[in-house]
Formats: sequence, C-alpha cells, structure tokens
Amino acid sequence: MELRDEDVRPADHQAGSDGPVIDARDLRIWYGTERGAVRAVDGVSFRLRKGEILGLVGESGCGKSTLGRGLLGLLPAGAKMDGELRYKGEDLLALPPKQMFAMRGSELGMIFQEPLTRLNPLMRISQHFEETLKTHEKGISKQEMQRRALEALRVMGIPPTRYRSYPHEFSGGMRQRLMIALALVLRPSFVVADEPTTALDVLVEAQIIRILHDLRSTYETSLLLITHNLGIIAEACDRVAVMYAGEIVEIGDAREVFSNPKHPYTRELLRSTISLSTTGLNYIPGAPPDLVEPPSGCHFHPRCPDAMEVCRTTHPVMRQMPGGTRTQCWAADLANGFVDDLTEDLTTPLTREEISVADEA
Amino acid sequence: MPTKPETVASEGAAGSILMELSDLEVHFQLRGGALSRLVGLDTGSVRAVDGVNLSLHRGEVLGLVGESGSGKTTLGRALLGLAPATHGSITYRPRGKDGKVRERVVSSMHGRELRQLRTDLQMVFQDPHAALNPSMTIETAIGHPLRIHGIASGAELHRRVVESLERVGLSPAERFLDKYPSDLSGGQKQRAVIARAIILDPEVLVADEPVSMLDMSVRAKILQLMLDLKNDLGLTYVYITHDLATAKFFCDRIAIMYLGRIVEIGPAAEIFADPKHPYTKALLQAIPEPDPRQMVPRELPRGEIPDAASPPLGCSFHPRCPVAVAECGWESRDLRSLLEEHWTRQDPAVYEEESALVGDLDRLDEPQKQVTIGTAGSSTRVKQMLDRMRDEKPDEPFWLGVESVTESAGGVDVAFHQGYDPLLRRTDGVEVACVLHPQPVTTEPSRPENHDRA
Repeated sequence: MELRDEDVRPADHQAGSDGPVIDARDLRIWYGTERGAVRAVDGVSFRLRKGEILGLVGESGCGKSTLGRGLLGLLPAGAKMDGELRYKGEDLLALPPKQMFAMRGSELGMIFQEPLTRLNPLMRISQHFEETLKTHEKGISKQEMQRRALEALRVMGIPPTRYRSYPHEFSGGMRQRLMIALALVLRPSFVVADEPTTALDVLVEAQIIRILHDLRSTYETSLLLITHNLGIIAEACDRVAVMYAGEIVEIGDAREVFSNPKHPYTRELLRSTISLSTTGLNYIPGAPPDLVEPPSGCHFHPRCPDAMEVCRTTHPVMRQMPGGTRTQCWAADLANGFVDDLTEDLTTPLTREEISVADEA
Repeated sequence: MPTKPETVASEGAAGSILMELSDLEVHFQLRGGALSRLVGLDTGSVRAVDGVNLSLHRGEVLGLVGESGSGKTTLGRALLGLAPATHGSITYRPRGKDGKVRERVVSSMHGRELRQLRTDLQMVFQDPHAALNPSMTIETAIGHPLRIHGIASGAELHRRVVESLERVGLSPAERFLDKYPSDLSGGQKQRAVIARAIILDPEVLVADEPVSMLDMSVRAKILQLMLDLKNDLGLTYVYITHDLATAKFFCDRIAIMYLGRIVEIGPAAEIFADPKHPYTKALLQAIPEPDPRQMVPRELPRGEIPDAASPPLGCSFHPRCPVAVAECGWESRDLRSLLEEHWTRQDPAVYEEESALVGDLDRLDEPQKQVTIGTAGSSTRVKQMLDRMRDEKPDEPFWLGVESVTESAGGVDVAFHQGYDPLLRRTDGVEVACVLHPQPVTTEPSRPENHDRA
C-alpha cells in the first residue's frame, strides 16, 4: 500500500529554487534495544517549503524529537534511518558523514531546549560567534565576523553593549535568543527547534515565539518547530503535523487542523489542552503504546473513541480530506465517503475495555 | 464531562482562616567572595519573599502565580517551614479533636516540632522523576512518612500504603507495590508522589507545579484527581504555578506574585474577568491559546524579571510596564536599559559613535535618582541624542519619569521624578499594588520607593 505524502498542490512544487527545502518520504528511524527494534519514527512523509514553519506536535515518546534529530543526522549510535530525505533536492541519507557534518551549521541548524547547557561558560559571546563563523566560513575577516554577529544579535533584540559578556551574565530568555542568533548567523535554510521555550516563562516564551514567527521575513528560514504545546503551534506555525506512535496521523494548514481536526487523536489532544477558555477537564484515556510492538491496525485504536472493527485489523491510509488536510483514519475516511465498500462488521464500533489508570501515561 | 466543583469558602467566619502570613520575608544572604567574607562586608541578600500578607482559608484552593524568580516556590516552602522566615510570621490554626482551634506559629518552630508539623502540612513537588528515590520500591517510598513519624508499621503500614495507592487511582495496588519509580510513567509517578503526600492525612497540601512536567493529555487527569481528593479528604490546597490557564480552572483565589511581592490578589473569577495590575494583564495576554485565529498581541512587556538581590526602585514591575507613569520609581538603571534598547535599533557605526559619547554605562548600575552621563565636551551632543530618542519613541513610559534633562559642567544631568512603592489596595473585589488602582492615580498607602532596598 502506498503511504506516500504526495504533494497537495503540484503547482507549488516546481523544480529549482521554489522546490521544497525538505522533502521526506517514508522516513523510518529505528533504535536497537534488547527487547527488539523501537520504531521511533515509522514511515513519515512531509515537505517543507522555503520560509515555512511546520509545527510538530505530540506526546512524549511519540518520536518527534527523534525525527527532528534524524533530519539533521544527529542520531545516536544504535539508531538506523531509512527512507528518502532530500534537502533542496540533495539526498541527505546518501551523503558521507563528513559532508553531512559540513552541512550542519551552514545549511541545517538546530535550536535546543536548554540554552545554558549549550553555551560554553568560559567563552564570551563574541568568541562563540567567532568560533561558529570561523569553522564554517574559512578566511572570514575579523570585521566581517563582528558585523555579522552584531547584526544577528540586533535582530534578536540583544544590545551590542553585551557582545563581550559571558553566558552567565544573561537571563534565560536572552540566552535562548543567543542560541537562535548563533544558529542563524550562518543563515541556514532549514532549522529544527526542539522545544525552544519549554524552560522559559510565559512572557519570555511569548517573546521567543514572536521572534520565531518573524524569522521568515528576516532570514527566509524554513523551520521545524517541535513542541508539545498546541498553543505555541497555533501562535507560530503555518502548518502542523500531529505525531502519534512514530507516525504523522494528520498534517495540514494550522488553522484548518485546529478548527476542523479530522483525526480523533488531534481532536482529543485539543480537547485535553487546558487553556483560558477551558470549562471542563478532558483527557485521553490510556497511554501511548510501546513502540517495540505497536498495536495492530491503527496505532491509536486502543485509545480512540471512534474506533471500529476495521481500525483494529487494518492500518489506515493517508488521504487528503476536504479542507486540504491529510489524515490517516478509517473514521474520517468513512465520514467523507472515501470507503464505501466497508462491510457492516468492519464498521461496528469497538467496545473499548475500561482503560485503567494503571496503564496511563 | 467533569466540571469544576463549586466550593463554598465560608469567608469571614471565625476559624475559617487556616494559615495566616503576616509581613513575611524570606531573604537569602549572598555569600560573596572570599575577601568580603573575611573582612565581614555586607554582601547583600536575595529578597525571595519580600513582605507578604496572606490568609489561607479552610477548604479553598489558593493559587500562587508568577514567573520563575517571583518567589512563589519559596513562599510555598516557607509555609511548611522548609525555608526560614527572616521576618514576619506564619500562623497555622488547626482544629483539634475537641473542635477547638489552636494557634501554632510555624515561623518560630524548630527541629522536632517542625517535623511534627509535616503530618498536617505536606508538599507535592514539581518533578515526579526527581521526587521519588530511584532505589526505593513504591511501597517503601509511599510508606516512608508513616515510618518516619512512627505512626504505623508491619501489616498496618502495608494496609495504609495499599489504601493510599488505590485512593490516587493506582489500583490494583499489588501491581505497583514492588515496582521502582523507573518502571512508572510520568503520570503514575505523580500519582505516587500524591499518595505519599496524603498518607499522613494532612490538612494542607502545597502543590508546586504538580502538572507542568507532564504531557498535556495527562495534566487534566492529575488535576481531576487532586480535585477529587480535596473533596473526599477535606484538603486545603496551595497551588503554585506559572500557568494561568490551569490556575483559572483549579483555583478559588489567586495571588499574582512578582519579585517577592503579591501584586494582585482576589477571587479567581474576578481576576480573570477584569485583571487590574498591568503584570496580570500581560500574563493573561501572553498565554498562547490553541486557536490560530487569536494572536498574542505585539505589545508584550519587554525584558525579564529583574534580579531580586537589587530590585528596581518603586514598583518592581515599572521597567517592563507598558502603562507606567511618573510616580512608578524611575531611576538610572532604566536609562541604561533605554540606551541599550535604542542601540539595538541603530546601525553599528551610529552605535560606536553614540556609545563613545555617553561613555561607561556601568556607572548607571547603582540605583540613583539623578545621574550625569557623557562629559563636559560631549554634553551638547548627548543632549541632542536624548532628544532624538525621545522624538523617535514619544510614547516610551520612561520619559514620563524624567523630571529634567540639563546640560551641566560634567555632561548631561538626568533627574527623575520621585516614585512610590505601592502597597496592596482594595479595588472592586480584588486587592492590587499599583499606583493606577484605584483610579484616579493614588500613591497612598505606599512605601518610600527605596524602602530599605537601594
């Protein structure tokens, strides 16, 4: 069965500079463990256009961080990646490690969660920038380095008076801005930001989200924003991909996905988020599955309120829904008339055995 | 769909106040360098909690909300005697078996007495992965408080551990008794931490960010569990959080904290319906809603929470406040921030030139109401630069606080208006510490702006 992420609007996908910056097809990342292979990422396909921000959301353990690191070739030993991954048309999986190393920084960037552990406490900010620029752009002059660094700091709202300070002299939010400035000073075309605001306070978080959202106008960077916070996705992203148990279960325009979720997991995740408009507590029963032996059929069926007999036996296919989002769900297929040939026993609702707290996340 | 239960806090009734904090201060002495310790210099202190008056009513959920560094966690720890009060008092009024209310002063307790107090006051910690000893089985960990206090042992201990586990939903308890914390998921661990906290049958639970380390899909379950336990066991909660969304749902009353002080306190419904303090407003606006049609406003408070070792003069929030006025306590450090902010918008060449004119900024770091910048030779150009800055951003609240900018023999003198450090005042149903409330602008009661701070 073909589960490929065919392009939604072929017109957007032209050869040359307008082509996707990242084109992932049927990407798989498995870890070897004593109990067998952990399928952390299991057949993920998506595209990222120039200047686009794609939000990747899911519970802990759904494989979102693994996917982010895999895209940059930063997987630990013992992990294996397969499938197809193209950056501006170039096959990243076929690159020798040395060339992949050279791509990181100048072409592919990363913004980490905890900025303090990523900055060297013994180096001034100026030295961080000099080291970064010298490593990737041989022969760059001292004046040019300072000009580029100050420009990157200026965009992040860090005053030039602090250029020679040490990391400890900055507050948490400033350090995260420094990390973003350091990642962007080389002007990479693609950046992965893994939970960049989790360690920050709500006001500072809002400032950083604003900065990330504005990146495209200053740098034309394509950004993969990994987070578990749906509010951040709604705030900063053009498109959103919802991940569950190693798979993308729904992907599409952020407004459409949030206002009209097609996959039951997306819907329940939105309902269980506590926001200012919350009036009641909702939650998804059970826990995300063990990725060594994921459930048969649709991985979400044991927790799904809409599950049918067919969900238990057969894996659903990714389909484009009315409204433009793509999702893999039998119930959504049925509701939109994609599968008229399902027999009645296949559409019998599954009686969900009470999932006890003992199995919760 | 479970909804928030109505709680009736019989306010005003005698004996309804379970804990009372009066002018509480928790200051931590800074260590300083070896030399300053040797010669006995005053190294200053961090004012984690700086003059808090608060009462906790029986059966309510009180939220302490603020950013990191606001002192909310220290205040929560002080309630349990885990952080020593350097000034003021904490009084706990438990109702004895005879129904009479007794009075116990937590802030003057030590040793055995303080340990004894923990049977009534318990804490749920933020990080369930760190709150459980990794080498203790769940049974040992949950039963530990009973053994420490010598309340139960043997079969009785086992019975109460099982009961407590099942109460928090970890049932059948046999499945968990022999497990180690690493075998449990995050939500299960937090349930175990709650089971350990309630096993002594306490009266007050201080919950420090109990759900912030958990996945969105689990948070609601843990909050629901805590609400159920409150109703079943008649608990009183102090809920410490930075997340106003869960506080709105969970709390009866909310105290918004900033830099060791309460800046706004009142019933949750009123605070959310009509936030008064500019900081509360900012916090509410900054929460990202999972709805792409609503955007966080562009105008967010700049900067971050200041250093509690040398807080701003006047109202601590004034350097970040979008609606600050002349009386808010403007001073030299605000001038430094303004200059730095100005230079981030300038061309590097302009920055080089202007920073050379102004000279060393470090002399602005000591809070002063009147400063001189530049030199005799550069005074005219510095004055012009300041005028230009004012023309570029005339709405900048800073300029309201400036009394005069004059050229003098040594450079340019900048003088600031006298400021006030407002105390909590009643406005409608809430209390707010802001010169803008109640309207029209009032500054009394307040402390002098440099109230033993500078």
